[in-house]
Order: sequence, then structure tokens, then C-alpha cells
Amino acid sequence: MRKSFISGNIAIAEGAITAGMRFFAGYPITPASDIMEYLAERLPEIGGVVTQFEDEIASINAVVGASWAGVKSMTATSGPGFSLMLEALGLAVITETPLVVVDVMRAGPSTGVPTKTSQSDVMQVRYGAHGDYVIPVFAPWSAQEAYDLTIKAFNVAESLRTPVILLSDAVIAHLWESVLLAEPGEVEVINRKKPSSPPDEYLPYKPDNDLVPPMATFGEGYNVIVESLIHDERGFYRQDREAYRNLVKRIVNKVLSRVDSLFEVEAYYGDDYKYLLVSFGSTARSALAAARILRKSGIKASLLRLKTLSPLKLETLRKYCDEAEKIFVVENNMGKLVHDVERAAENDKVISLPLLDLEIPEPKDIVEGVRKWL
Amino acid sequence: MVVSTLESSHPLDKYLRTARLPHIWCPGCGLGIALGSIMRAIDKRIKEGTLKKENLVFVTGIGCSARTSFYVNFDAAHTLHGRAIAFATGAKLAKPELEVIVIGGDGDIAGIGGNHLLHAAKRNMDLIVLMITNFVYAMTGGQVAPTTPLGLYTTTTPHGNPEPPLNVVKVVSSLNANYVARASVTHPALVEQYVYKALGMRGFRFIEILSTCPEIFGRHIGMRDPFTLYSTLRSKVIVKQSPSIEESDLDWGKGFVIGEYLVRDNPGYLDRIGRGLK
Repeated sequence: MRKSFISGNIAIAEGAITAGMRFFAGYPITPASDIMEYLAERLPEIGGVVTQFEDEIASINAVVGASWAGVKSMTATSGPGFSLMLEALGLAVITETPLVVVDVMRAGPSTGVPTKTSQSDVMQVRYGAHGDYVIPVFAPWSAQEAYDLTIKAFNVAESLRTPVILLSDAVIAHLWESVLLAEPGEVEVINRKKPSSPPDEYLPYKPDNDLVPPMATFGEGYNVIVESLIHDERGFYRQDREAYRNLVKRIVNKVLSRVDSLFEVEAYYGDDYKYLLVSFGSTARSALAAARILRKSGIKASLLRLKTLSPLKLETLRKYCDEAEKIFVVENNMGKLVHDVERAAENDKVISLPLLDLEIPEPKDIVEGVRKWL
Repeated sequence: MVVSTLESSHPLDKYLRTARLPHIWCPGCGLGIALGSIMRAIDKRIKEGTLKKENLVFVTGIGCSARTSFYVNFDAAHTLHGRAIAFATGAKLAKPELEVIVIGGDGDIAGIGGNHLLHAAKRNMDLIVLMITNFVYAMTGGQVAPTTPLGLYTTTTPHGNPEPPLNVVKVVSSLNANYVARASVTHPALVEQYVYKALGMRGFRFIEILSTCPEIFGRHIGMRDPFTLYSTLRSKVIVKQSPSIEESDLDWGKGFVIGEYLVRDNPGYLDRIGRGLK
């Protein structure tokens, strides 16, 4: 390991390099552009390619193509660009293409406030594309975690053959902190599994018992079929209910069945509490400070921080919620994650604290919000 | 008489996923002629050892032409409407030894995918793009396309198309492409010749292939009979050795000039980023 003083955006770029990413396509957008700028410098030095495309649509489609050429690939954007990428995110889902999309959130709707932070993309990253699917979403709260979760995002993408979202925000993006970077071999790096059958017996969408098909890529002699239509195990278009259900259920279940390893939370002051703050990303930093302030004044507050926003393990959330008298969902938007917490807890216990700030929320705003209900 | 086409073999069957035949294309559709010519060009390259079968990738978007990726027995991707060039660019950049061919209709390539076409040509991206022009959105039932003639009835221009057609050959020629040609399914030997040539080049290579769609376009212009549409298109095609861009407009009155509009050997994008093979 080596210690480096870097920003959250650089940590994401470094995490991707550690994970083996060697193709990046992107389009400039605040506050994500410096991920591409940093990689444009670094990646060609280690045999990779960075290309700025004509738009976000081209960027993510190129990333899907590059992944099918056998190279770990990524793009990074912010809310407006992510909206443009949604159709191709669905393409990555149905073609089971491993890739990582970074969404560095900024305030919206529309152009919003490009330079200011927000957590308002929680729904679009999980549900934005058409069709049925579940994709993993990880939300770091520090530069170190931006690095660590980027590596995890690639490992999950490769092992499950799925797109994975890293959900950062403008605060994490330009927050400089000390980060421990791994040398090769110091962290686990997972690569997609390759077919063991010969080309003439290979079925590109036939899963193993783990629901994930081995992935042959372009130029390996397997005559692979990348198919955006509903398809069977051969990759042939089918319009019948059986094939439709088989495919959609499998690509959803291959993610949901891993919820135990995908869903991560961290509890602070979790041994003895009456009031539970639930938060994620940069806002969780303020929520932790708020919990500390509340405890100093004798109010038993704790924080549950979600590192994973999809898939959620409601049982885990429920376990923490059951211990609390009141649950405050603290997020920098009009209230999005609160709907999930409401599903996990008894409804009358859950209070939404939508901060809708443009900066990292101040702990005192959270403390005041909590005190109103005590 | 019932003709069983699947029991007898064809010399190009090895390049086709015969299990997926018969194809979906209508009787009289020019796509079969185009695909046959493309396969013959590929066959020639593979036989002479200048192309490896396993390196060939077909990338398509959505539309009748895009369905070619169903039938070719190579690595193939049937992706999103308009995005084949972007997908193909990513694949080629990631693995330069691939020879990536994009096939699409004029709506797919120059309509919804027009921005990607412009930028791939601008960067002289090492790809082959084959645009099959049938003058209409056929798969969706006959709506106006970028190449639809001015004034023509379509299902979305019932009072006549108010827009003149897009001359894609001229657009691509104005950029940095290494090869720009127009062919026609009425002259299959030239389709084969141009594709063969493009396969031996670097940089961005664009071939427009005029095609017949009797079922949809033919219906709009009163030529639903395949033979009438085919022979009419044939009568309007003018073959030239080195045509000028100025005579490239899609003009149903003056005729369609086919030929090689632009041939050059500038460094491709891969050369410029130090990943070129040649």
C-alpha cells in the first residue's frame, strides 16, 4: 500500500486502474470531468485508451463495445449525462456486459447548478432505464471509500456480468484526503469467467449454476452474439413469454441472489440508541457529526450509513430500525431513500429529513431537524 | 412448388448462421443482394489471407439492415438504434486487431446515429460503415427517412415530405474519411469490389449502398412489384470511375451517380493514438 493525498475523483480513477480498467470513454461534465482528465494522462502510460466522445450516448455505447472486446471499461458523468446514458445502460443489462458508470451527482433538475452538490439521482441510477432490471449501486462517503468501492464495483461487474453504478457527488469529487492505494496483488481483482466449452458448443447466454454465463469476447473465435432483443441461451431473438421470463428473471435474480455480499452498511454509535439517522454519501459525514452533537447533549442518536443503495437488504435495515424509537432519513434531496426505509420500518417511526442543500449539509441543520421531533 | 432452400448448401453458408434462416427480409428486398456481395468480398479477403475470420466483427443498430447481425456467422452485435458506430468504435479502440464492420439503414446511420457518423468520420476512425439506403423507415412501417425524396408521401408526411433528402456521401466526404463510395444493389459486383477494397484500408471507410424496398418504399412510389422497382433503380444508376462530389446528390430526376468518391490513405485514429497496426 502507498499513501497518497488525492481527491475523490482521482481516487475513483485510481481505483479503476487498480481494478484493471483500461478503456475509458467520456464527455466533459461538471463535476465529473477531472476523472477523464486524470485518466487521459495516466491510462495511455499503462496500455489503456481514453477517448472523449461526441456525447454521453456515444461514450457509454463505446464502453459496452470495449467490454465486449475483452477490456474492462468505464465512463463517468453527472446527472444530465447519466440521463442520456440510460438507454445504453439497459443495453448493458440485457447483454450482460460488465462495466462501471460513475455518476458524480450535482443539483438538478435539468442543468440545475452544475458546480454544486446533490443526492437527487438516487432514483435515476436505480430505476431510470426502461424494462425490468436490478443493478448494483455503491455510494462512497470519502476519498478512500471512492477508491475501495470503485474496485468493488469492477469486481461485481465482472463476476456478475452486469453494469454497476458508483454514485458519488460534487463534495466527494473535490474533497482531498489521504488514501491508501493498493499495489498489484494487494487487493482482490476479479475477472469475468471465460467459457470452458469449445466454440461450436458455446451458448453465449447459457448460465452456470451461479446464474452467470461465461463470457467469450470479440476476436476469440466464438462467434459471439451481443443481442439487445430478448433472447434465448443461443442469443437468438425470441418473442415468447417463456424466453422473456427466463431472461429477465435470471438477470434480476443473479444480482438479487448476491444481496448478502452486495449490501453493505456501517453503524456508528450503534450499541445503544433511541434515534437512528439513516444516510449515505457525503451527507452521511454531516449526519455522523450531527449524531455526535446529539449524543453530547444526552440524546441517544446513532447513524446507519448505507454504502450500497441497490440491491437493498430490507431485513438488515429492519433490524436497525426495530431498535429505534424514531428513524430520520437524512439525504440531500427532496426525500428518495426514505421510501425504502419506510418499507423496512414501521411507517409511523420514519421521518424524512430532506435537506436540499447545495453544499455539504451543516450538522446543525440535521440536529435542528431531529430536535423538532423529540 | 415448395422450394426447400435449407437442404441445399451454398458456398457462402460457412459465413452464415444457417440455423437462423430463413431471414425476415421481404421478397424483393435488396438486403440479400447487399449481404451476398459483402460476404463474397469477405470470402475473397479470408481466402487470400488478408483477413482473419475470427477478427471480423459485425456491429448493427436497429432496423431491417441491422438484422444482418442475426445471420452472419462472425462475432456480431445487434445493439441500439443509431449507436452501432459508437459501440464499434469502443470495440476497435479496445482491440485494434479487430476488423469492425457497421451495417445499418440510412435512418439508423444518418438519422438517429448522424452525430456518431460525423464524429467517426471526423476522427478517421478505423471502421467500415456500410449504409443501406432504401429511402424510407421500413421496419416501422413506412415513415419519412433522411433520404426520402422531396414531396413524397410517407405515413408521417401524408401531405408530402417537405424536406429535401440528405446527401450522406457529401457529408462524409466533407470530413476526414479515407474512403467514400456509393454502390447499388442493382450493381452487386461493384458492392463486392468496394467492400473488398475498404477491407484492405485503414481509417474511416464509408459505403452507401442504394437498395430496393418494394414492400414499403415501393408502395409509396407506386412500384410495389419488386422487378419494377429494381429495374427503375437500375435505370437511374450512373456508374462513374471517379465521380465528383458535386454530382452526388440523391436525385430521382437526374439519377444516382455511383462510384468511389474519395480514396486516400491518411493515418487513422488508431495510428494517431499510437495503436495502429499498419
